This record gives sequence, structure tokens and C-alpha cells, in this order.
Amino acid sequence: MSDGALEGLTVLDLSRYVAGAYCGKLLAAYGAEVIKVEAPGEGDGARRVGPFPDGEPDPEASALFLYMNTGKKGLTLDLASDEGVAVLKELVVQADVLIENFAPGVMESMGLDYAALSAINPELVMVSISNFGQSGPYRDYRADTMVEMALSGQMYINGDPEREPLSSAGYQPSYQAALYAYSGIMAALLVRDRDGKGQYVDISIQESMASEHQFTLNRFTASGGIRMRAGNRYGSVHPATIYPCKGVDGKPGLVSLGISDPTQYVLLLELLDMSELLDDPRFKNPSLCSQNYVEFDALVRPWFMEHTAEEIVHAFQDNRIPAAFVNEVSEVLDDPQYAFRGFWKEIGHPVAGTHRYAGLPYHLSEAPPVYERANLLGEHTDEVLAGKLGYDGERLAQLRKGGVI
Amino acid sequence: MPSPVVSGKSPLDGVRVLDLSRVWAGPHCTRILADLGAEVIHITGRKLVGRREVTRETAMVTGIYPDNEPGERHWNRNILNNDMLRNKLDITLELDTERGLELFKRLVEISDIVIENYSPRVMPKLGIDYPVLKEIKPSIIFCSMPGYGSAGPYSHFVSYGTTIEPHSGLASRMGYPGEEPHMSGNAYPDPASGMFATGAILTALFRKRRTGKGQFISLAQSESGVALTGEASLGYQLSGNVPERMGNRHLRKAPHNAYPCKGDDKWVAISVGSEAQWAAFCNVLGDPGWSGNERFATLEDRLHNQDELDRHIGEWTRGQDAYDVMRRMQDAGVAAGVAVNAEELMNDRHLNEAGFFWETEHPEAGTHRHAGQPIRLSESPVRNYRPAPTLGQHHGYVLGELLGLSEDEISDLEQTGVIGYEPLVRER
Repeated sequence: MSDGALEGLTVLDLSRYVAGAYCGKLLAAYGAEVIKVEAPGEGDGARRVGPFPDGEPDPEASALFLYMNTGKKGLTLDLASDEGVAVLKELVVQADVLIENFAPGVMESMGLDYAALSAINPELVMVSISNFGQSGPYRDYRADTMVEMALSGQMYINGDPEREPLSSAGYQPSYQAALYAYSGIMAALLVRDRDGKGQYVDISIQESMASEHQFTLNRFTASGGIRMRAGNRYGSVHPATIYPCKGVDGKPGLVSLGISDPTQYVLLLELLDMSELLDDPRFKNPSLCSQNYVEFDALVRPWFMEHTAEEIVHAFQDNRIPAAFVNEVSEVLDDPQYAFRGFWKEIGHPVAGTHRYAGLPYHLSEAPPVYERANLLGEHTDEVLAGKLGYDGERLAQLRKGGVI
Repeated sequence: MPSPVVSGKSPLDGVRVLDLSRVWAGPHCTRILADLGAEVIHITGRKLVGRREVTRETAMVTGIYPDNEPGERHWNRNILNNDMLRNKLDITLELDTERGLELFKRLVEISDIVIENYSPRVMPKLGIDYPVLKEIKPSIIFCSMPGYGSAGPYSHFVSYGTTIEPHSGLASRMGYPGEEPHMSGNAYPDPASGMFATGAILTALFRKRRTGKGQFISLAQSESGVALTGEASLGYQLSGNVPERMGNRHLRKAPHNAYPCKGDDKWVAISVGSEAQWAAFCNVLGDPGWSGNERFATLEDRLHNQDELDRHIGEWTRGQDAYDVMRRMQDAGVAAGVAVNAEELMNDRHLNEAGFFWETEHPEAGTHRHAGQPIRLSESPVRNYRPAPTLGQHHGYVLGELLGLSEDEISDLEQTGVIGYEPLVRER
């Protein structure tokens, strides 16, 4: 079919929602055969999240599920039954990778922990993604995106200083854990190819997000400083912020600035025709400006209200001043740069129809990705069990009758 | 002289990386490669190190020098660099000199991976873009990761995590209800792009092991943000609705917010989904009278009357210790977490028991604790965390041992300014 970089790998994806599922999606994009294992009847909980076409819930048309599971094969299997577990173990014998993001202890309760699975396939790479990892005091704590943001120190620094701290954009903690899991799997596969042995990869969502701080931990360990919420700004330099600007077609305008060094700051003030501010001790450089940003913003905002984002971004960028558009998720679909790189992938689906899906932010020159639609619930059950395990019609009928598949 | 990289059973033993990346996105990626055992040679152009001196006043503002003392060689005490450069080697090389360029190309011959996150003009201008390096070493894996990609209408844009966040739509998914898009306070697209780069590089390496072929990886940091909100752009196409900014609120859970606790700027995030959790939540609060109000009877009611609900909860949490609320909620099966600040994060009981933080002793910066590597491999764990190198610390190993230059040749390079140990101050 393709010369995908991961051609020939078989992945059992037992994950639900985002963290494990996105990891499996990335493996599928580069040619691995990813078998999504879902509970018969209900399937992955992401099928009930949406958004849905015209707001009508349909387990085959949830945007979250459709996006997280592109390129996978769908197998239903009741892992609460002994027979379902036995079937999964037969599949494990042939698998290279198994991904799961159940709460810690669930796999063990089903007899599917790494010790059990590595006994039947010593070359298996198994990855578990969980909120807080497989051991330690918070192991069994419950969490969602907001709670993960809170306990990883990301929430405290996010938002306005005088108001409550803010959670993240959608599912970022789960997405990041998925990316650590992906690299963990690739590293483990490189070891397996060298040493002939699989291993267990334990990914904690909290650790994933806690490792993605720039100033927070570093400033504290260096000088005891606590990074605070800075409002809609980056904080230590200014203007790295979002300004209102002249709107278009009755819509209010917004523009993003990312001044980070004195050279850009000087160029900016030249362009605004406000170079005299450089003589003001409050505004001599981006650091001092950051300490006096309220006064600075009052001085420059009128200029921005006279120009549209389109005018500002191009005028600034022509002068090497970092500026950007402020896009809603509807607007990124029309962005000329993403279109130029072929980022959007048109994918058809028998229930949801044809839509443009975000691709991957990287291209491999010699191994193009494969983009195919998400699986329907149980769509490839017969194909997988017949093809991989040689089950005949009778066996499949018996499993189906027993509610195992 | 053996490689300073301890060779054991690490996943990337024997993999050599030339790291031209700067600031955060690229360095986050190469830090992972280094943790996984690759020999990462960070190559510094000394014009990019900054000024010769940093004043104590500036140090106080940034807070990134130990004890706010920049010292004689601030570049070796910058904690951001020292955090990013752990486990890496460092050489300086002026790539705009003939000799610097030649040495770089000789290093390419004996390396597996080159990574850079410059603007797309830089590498072709220096004459070391992929087509050139591929001629020198056909199996090289070259990862280029500028803000908007190496070509296209915006590829020349100057960009940072702070501008990519709004451009990619990430900021539109954050913000207080009904207000404008909000930046994250963390230049989040940087580490996120670094993670995609790591995955792409390991994928290319896996393929190279099987086919012997290298390749060019073209990453656009801005696309990372779009990929990480892909469910929302697809959801818009399906439903026709642009998602509203909801602050901490949730479409199917209530209460769902950060609540003020006893003390200065202390907050606890609480998330209540099911009816059972709501009952458990109320029980922790001592089943106050308002909790039985019919306005909060069902999830629908609670979603509809969230402002009022949040006021009641805030009145209770205000008198409580944030950690105490977290523990009591979690014991009752309700998701809750303290919105920890830097100090609380570094002292977090769970992360410390898991051994997440690592202490390194740096010869010029002193002893500090840093976040460790979330990729935990049972059979090939991170062996050690070596402190960041000082500027040019590994000239001897890299130029002498790997490239076979004599001591005289190396000191000649120093005298002609091709390498060095201090910033090269830009002429204006």
C-alpha cells in the first residue's frame, strides 16, 4: 500500500478518549496496522463526546472519536469476559505494541498487566498512559484536563493575576502524554530491534506537563522566584500580547505581538512613530516595558484600533517584527500557509461525510503518511480475527452470540 | 579520550546528533534524545550568546541566574540554558567562517541527525541546507522546524511560541467565558513542537535502521497547535458552531472550576461529573442547605446555574486549605487538584516519590533541581543526568578526538575566533 516508515508493525490500541488514542493515530499515520479494541455495544467513550453533525449525537459521528482514530481498524472485544481476554492474549502473541490508558490496576484486574503479557510475548512493547503513573501516592487520584493542569503547575501560571487560574485549550495534557508515549514506543522498538526484548513504558500525564515549563521551575530553583499569572501576556517582556485592532465586516479585530528582544522593540516603536518612548525610563526596553505595561498599552492601543490585523501583521513582518493573526478554529481552515503545505486532509466517512482533518505538523520526505478515516465500531472484527487468528465463521458466530465480539 | 556520554544500554546508544537549535522548541527535542542516550553535540554560534555582561538589575527581572548573580560568565549560569542542555555536549563554531563551515561538514559525515529551528532563510544562506548535507552524508536525518515551515506565504514570518499560540487557534480555545482568546503564559507551542520533532526523528531513525536511508523532516511549529486542536476544527465543520470560550467550565460536568482557598492566591480545581460524584462532593462539604436546592438537582440544573453554584462553593473553599480539600475530595472519589505554584510543584509529594526531579551540580551555576524525563522505560531508564556543559566545554573531545585535530590546530581555531569560550559581541 505505502512505504510507511512503520510498515509491518502491529499495534493493539485498547485506549479510550485522547491520550492513548492520539498515540495510536500517529502510529497508524506512518503505516503501522493499528487495531482499535473497543467494548461491544458502547465502544470508546469518545464516541459520545462530539461535537456531532447538526448537534445530533451519533456514536459514529463524534468529532473527537473521528479525529483521534484515523487509520485504525475496529475490533470489538469484551475484556470483562474470560473469553474476550483469551482472544486478546492470542492477538498479543502477534503484536509489536500494546497501548492502554485505563486507570492503574484495571489491566491487572483483567489479567492483562505487563508481567502477564510479556510472558506470552517477550518482545512486546507495552505502554500505559495514566493521570499520575502506575505508582505513588496519587496513583488512584481522579483527574481530567483541568485537574492535570492544576497539579502540573500549568494552571497557576495561566490566566489573569486577580482572577482564577485557567485550564487549557481542549485536551492538551492528554495530547502531550500521547506524544511522550509515542517517542517512548519508538525508543523501545529501537531497543527491541537491537536487544531482542520488549519493555514496559509508563507515562504519567502529570509528569508530561510538569516537564514543559520554561520559567516556572527554573526561576524557582535559580532564585526562589515564583512565576505568576501575567494576564494575556508572556510576562517578562512586552509587548508579547494580544491587542484589539480595527475590525473587518463588523467583527472586532485582534492581533498578536511577540516582542522578545530590544531590537524588535526599537523597530516596533519606529513603525508606530513613537520612538520617543525609548527615552522614557518606564519604556526603555521590553523588560522595563513589561513592568509598566498598563501605561504602555494605553499609549499604543489607539494606533492598533486604526489598522486591521491584515495590515498590521504584514507591515510588522516586513520589518522583522513578530506579529500574527488571532484565529478561531473556524479560521485556521482558511489560512493560506496551512493550505500551502497541504496540512488539511480531506477524509470521507460513511456516516459523518467528507471533511477536512488536521494533518501532522511534520513531513518525512521519504515516507509519506497515510490518512484514512476512523473505524466504525467493530468494523474489522471478522477481518482481524479471521486474518490474524484464523477463526472460522462458526467460531465468530459463537463469540458474537456470547456477546464477546 | 572516550565519549563523555556513558555508553550502556540506552535506546540511542551510538546515535550522534548535531544540535543547532535554540531557545526551547528544538532544545526540548534534543534534550529527550540526550536523555535517551544519544550523543547530542550542541553547536553554539557565539554571536547568539548575547551581551558580554548582564547587570544585576536585569538578573533580578528575569530571575534566571542563580541567586540573581549573573557572575563573570553569565552564559554558563543561565538556568534556562542549563536546564535545556543537560546530558548534551557543547562546542562553539562560527558557521559564517570558511573553517567553521568545513568543520561542521566534517561532523555531518560522522553524525546521524541534524536539527535546527532557525527561520528558513538561515541554513541555505550558510550553505548547509538539506540538499548540501545529503551530498555529504546520504543517510543523514535532517530535521528543520521553523515557525511556519520551510516554504509558503508566511514561511518568512518571525515567530515565537507566543505568536504561534494565537495563530494556530490554540489561544482561541482558552480564555474566560465570553472574552477574547487567551495566551497560556507558557509559550506552549515550543515544547509541543519539540515533542512532534522527537517523534518524527525517532520514526525516521527506525526507518533508517531498516532501509539505511535518511530523510528530510519538515516541521512547522504553527501546525503543531492546529493538530493539537484538530477535534475542534473538525467539530466546527460537523456542527457548524465555533466553540465558545468556557474558562474552566465543561460541557458535561458541573461544578467544574478553580476555587479560592485559604491563603494568598491558593486555588483548588474541582471537577464533578456523575450524580454519584455530586453526592460525594456535597457530603465532603457537610451537605449544606443550598446543595439540596432544586436549582442544583440534576446535571442540567447545575450546568444552567453554575454562577450561583460556584459562589456557594467558593464561600466554603475560602476557609479551607487547598491540599486538605484535594485530599478529602479524592478520598471521596471526586477529581480535585491544587493549582500548584512553582514551589509547590517542586515539593509535590507524588512527583518526589516517583523520583521525577533530579539534582545536578554545575561547576559554575551550583546545585539545582530540575524536572526529569517523563518517558520511563522499564529496561532502559535514563541512566544519569549530567549537568549542562559550559560554553565550548567539549572542543577537546569533538574537534580533537572525533575530528582528529591537533592541540595546535584547536588553539589556532581559538585565536582566529572560529571557536571560543565567550560571546562574540555583534557589531552594530
